Amino acid sequence: MEKYNLSYWGTIVKTIATKLALVTGLCLNLGFSMISTASAETKVGLLLPYTGTYAALGNAITEGFELAIEEAGREDEFTVIVEDSEMKPPVGLAKARKLVYQDEVDVIAGVVSSGVLGAMRDFIHQSQVPLIVANAGNNLATGENCSPYIVRVSFSNGQINRPMGTWLAENGVKTIYTLAPDYAAGHQMIDAFTKAFTAAGGEVIGSEFTPFGQTKDFGPYLTNAQASGADGIFVFYAGGEAINFVKQYGSFDIKTPLYGSGFLTSPLYVEAEGEAAIGVRASLHYIPTLDTPENKAFIKAFQAKYNAMPSEYAVQGYDAALALMAAVDNGGVDRATLAAQLPRVSYVGPRGPLEIDPATNNIVQNIYIYDTVMENGVLTQKMIDTVPSVRDDAAGCQM
Amino acid sequence: MDLSFWILQFLNAMQYSMLLFLLSIGLTVIFGLLHFVNLAHASLYMMGAYIGISVAALTGSFWAAFFLAPVIVTLIGAMLYFTLIDRMRTAGPMNQVLVTFGLIFIFLDLVRMGWGDIALGLDGPQSLSGTTRFLGVDYPAYRLFIIALGLGVMTTMWFILSRTQIGAMIRASVENTDMAAAMGINVSTLFFLVFCFGCALAGLAGVAAAPILSATTTMGITILIPTLIVVVIGGLGSLEGAIAGSIIIGFMETFGAVMIPSFSAVLTYVLLAVVLIWRPQGLIPARG
Repeated sequence: MEKYNLSYWGTIVKTIATKLALVTGLCLNLGFSMISTASAETKVGLLLPYTGTYAALGNAITEGFELAIEEAGREDEFTVIVEDSEMKPPVGLAKARKLVYQDEVDVIAGVVSSGVLGAMRDFIHQSQVPLIVANAGNNLATGENCSPYIVRVSFSNGQINRPMGTWLAENGVKTIYTLAPDYAAGHQMIDAFTKAFTAAGGEVIGSEFTPFGQTKDFGPYLTNAQASGADGIFVFYAGGEAINFVKQYGSFDIKTPLYGSGFLTSPLYVEAEGEAAIGVRASLHYIPTLDTPENKAFIKAFQAKYNAMPSEYAVQGYDAALALMAAVDNGGVDRATLAAQLPRVSYVGPRGPLEIDPATNNIVQNIYIYDTVMENGVLTQKMIDTVPSVRDDAAGCQM
Repeated sequence: MDLSFWILQFLNAMQYSMLLFLLSIGLTVIFGLLHFVNLAHASLYMMGAYIGISVAALTGSFWAAFFLAPVIVTLIGAMLYFTLIDRMRTAGPMNQVLVTFGLIFIFLDLVRMGWGDIALGLDGPQSLSGTTRFLGVDYPAYRLFIIALGLGVMTTMWFILSRTQIGAMIRASVENTDMAAAMGINVSTLFFLVFCFGCALAGLAGVAAAPILSATTTMGITILIPTLIVVVIGGLGSLEGAIAGSIIIGFMETFGAVMIPSFSAVLTYVLLAVVLIWRPQGLIPARG
């Protein structure tokens, strides 16, 4: 009995000792990694959708981001923590909190959905962690709800569509029928287009918003648009919805020309749309066929690493990383200094000259009007016109 | 808004109804016979689309994809049957729903690993490209093909169920499984065959839908809800119910989108609520 008791206690002591050793080891490890982080590295939280409708966008942005850091040979300087926003506002907000409080990141980059950006805005503003927006075009984030901690290197929903409204009206299109998914971005894109198109003398004679993410058959809407007798149909769709829309437009043999926000025929998925995409005219902040040395170098590097053509999404990720590195080079070492340096970034990138507007923290960039054409059996983008240095007005933004 | 406009919208509604029918008939027959709620049915639909795209890429022929995809999906279904479905038959509806709901996510990730996240397109057959003059309007030939396919499957199913011996055996088993077994019907083989047939139809719906809807990783989950609504409205387990349900939902969604677009998303749910209150067993439930 006594023996048994002895060995029994012995076991317990041993267990406790082992556990203690483990815990101490863990603490040591943790302490060590925290020290090394604080000394040289910048911690970046990459918050993007890796599941759901826009998963492909999240992946493309990540590819661009990683390429820029690798190209600069600065992998050791940046610790990247990747989180899946699942494209759901509450999830995005929870993951942003996790990145700020648990991972203690210096800066967050990413955000594809305008809805997720809207949900995160107040948290970012209050926690004073700089956010580099690499896609979400929500106008409010660099308008009414702007913040010194939110810098956008992608585009605003208005920025893409305003120039197209003016351009179409000036190039002989008198009446337009609009279609877009029924959510924040859809409404902002169409509103911006409608305002500019009307101001330049055009008339929008019909408009519908389709249930977002649920509409599979656009047949009924296309039939309505055609019956309206408008000179053209202007739409915003992205991802899977864009593919379905363009293919179904093609299958109905509709004679009314199709115009759109450039995401409609994004190089990322235009192949899946096939011949139906030929002749669609759209406006975008980047097209892979831009004839500049910066873009050619970018495309060469992207193809060497990923064996695919880059899309505007990859460029946004690339520019998010370039902006971050520039801010670090100018003395950004922690949250406050990075937030101060990010809005001062300005350089010529793959998409042309770009700078951050200090009035809104939104990017100022060229908008390209392009046609999707077939060349040597491959769908590609043919530039029609450039609207230089498109800048959003402050729209109620007070820093 | 002349007559040709309404004919176009009628055809749009028919096309969508037939797609819903192809999906819901498999789900409802499996439920009616096996009393098994197979939510993974929607994943088999997705597999049909992706496998169809791969077969078409390998063989260069849409028709090869059209005939092979349902066969391959049936094989996947058979594997599921022997590993999971058959064991879960007596586990009760809650466990069945949980297991098959889990399967949805497994299939979703398998597709992401195999085919990636970017939506893929499938070109329809050359012979069905462009539009055809039908009822005085120009309508996409491929959509007419889907309508014909749906009507064909409908007639065949009706003929099998009401005019053949195997149909009589199925109907007997639906009404009273024990009695059917006592009468010498090999019920478990019959169950397996019906399950395979349902899977084949899901695969067929997937590959048939791919040229119109393109294949995305979320296509299974997004089609699951309308399909379940069709089955619940029509009445679980009945062919007539699936026909009625898919036509009602197809027409309601299409004409809802045309006439009151801002409410079109809500309409089907309102109908679902009304049916559940007024006729919880569905409009045309299976007997038994």
